[in-house]
Amino acid sequence: MTMNTVFLLAAIGLLLSTALALIRVVGGPTVLDRIVGVNVIGAQTTVLLILIGYLFGNISMFVDIAIAYAMLNFILAIGVTKFFLRRKTARGGREET
Amino acid sequence: MSIFSMIVAALLFLGIFFFAIGAIGILRFPDFYSRLHAAGKCDALASTLALIAIALFNVRDFDWTLFQSWDNLRVSLKILLIILFVYVATPAATHAITKAAFIVGIEPWEKRKRNR
Amino acid sequence: MARLVTFFIMLFFWILISGMFDPFHLGVGVFCCLLVTIFSHDLLFYGHPDLPWLFDIFKVLAYLPWLFYQIFLASLEITYIVLHPRMLEIIDPRLVRFRTRLRNTLSRVTLAQSITLTPGTITVNMSGNEFTVYALTQKSAEGLPGEMETRIARALERE
Repeated sequence: MTMNTVFLLAAIGLLLSTALALIRVVGGPTVLDRIVGVNVIGAQTTVLLILIGYLFGNISMFVDIAIAYAMLNFILAIGVTKFFLRRKTARGGREET
Repeated sequence: MSIFSMIVAALLFLGIFFFAIGAIGILRFPDFYSRLHAAGKCDALASTLALIAIALFNVRDFDWTLFQSWDNLRVSLKILLIILFVYVATPAATHAITKAAFIVGIEPWEKRKRNR
Repeated sequence: MARLVTFFIMLFFWILISGMFDPFHLGVGVFCCLLVTIFSHDLLFYGHPDLPWLFDIFKVLAYLPWLFYQIFLASLEITYIVLHPRMLEIIDPRLVRFRTRLRNTLSRVTLAQSITLTPGTITVNMSGNEFTVYALTQKSAEGLPGEMETRIARALERE
C-alpha cells in the first residue's frame, strides 16, 4: 500500500463525513443550524483541498487555495450571522425558531 | 511502508475519524447549543491532526543542500499557518453563532422537559 | 520601534506566502510592506506602542501544550458522548455564570477562547468580567473556571 492510496482513502472518508454534515445543512430546523453545518463543511474542505493538492502533485498551489478557503470560512460565519441578526430586527419579528 | 509513513497515516486517519465524529455529532445532538460543542471542538482537533500529518509528510527526506527541500519546508510552514488560523478562528466563529442564537432566543434543551 | 517590527513581520509573511525570490517580486514585497507599515503601523500593537506583548508571546507558547492536551481530552469526551447509544441520559445542559479575576483584555479573550475549546463548555457571552458559559454535562459545569484561569493568569497577567 503506497502513500498515494492512503491519501486517497483519507480523501474518500473525508467526503463521506462531508455528506453527513450536508444532511444537517439541508434539513436543519433553524437558519443557525445550517450555518453550523456549513462551517463544519468548510473546515473539512480545507483539509480536503490539501489532500487533493498532494494527489495532483501540486501541493504548493493548493495550500494557497486552502488558506484563502479557511479565511473565507471564518468570514462567512461572522457575516452570515450578522446578516441574520439584522434581518430579524428589520422585520420586527422572528423568522424561524 | 516505513515507520515514518505509518505515523503520518495514523495521524491522518485519526484526524478523519474526529471529523466524522463531528459530523455525526451535529446530526445526533438534540438541540442547537450542544451541536456547537461537537462542531467547534472536533473540528479544531481534527484539522490540527490531519494538517500536521500532511506537513510532516511534505518535509520527508529533507536535504539542506537542495532548494526543493527548502521550498517544501516553506509549504509546510504555510500549513502550520493554517493551523494557527484555525485555532484563532474556530472559537471566534462558534462564539459569534452562539451569541446570535442567544439574542434570537433559541431555548436550550433541558433534561426536565423530557420527563413531562 | 513598533513600525520596524511591523515591517519585518509583514516582510516575513510576504516571503512565506509568495515563495518567489527574484528581484521584481522581492521589490514589490518591500514596497507593499512599506505602504502597510506607513498606513496602519498602530494596528498590530494597538494601544501599546512600546510593544510589551512581543515578550508575552513566549509565555503563550508555554501555555499552548497544556491547551492542546485539554482539547484532546475534550474531543475524546465528545466522542464518548456522541457514540453512546443512550446519549440523552448522559448529557445535562445548563447555563453557568461566573466572574473572573483576570483584568487584562488579552487574557480575558484567551480565557474565553480556551473555554470554548476545552471539555464540555462553550462561552456564550462575555461582558466586563462576567462570563456566561453553556456546559454540556454537570461535571464540566462544576470545573469552571478552575485550573485554566490560574494558568492563564500565570502566563499573561503582569502584576
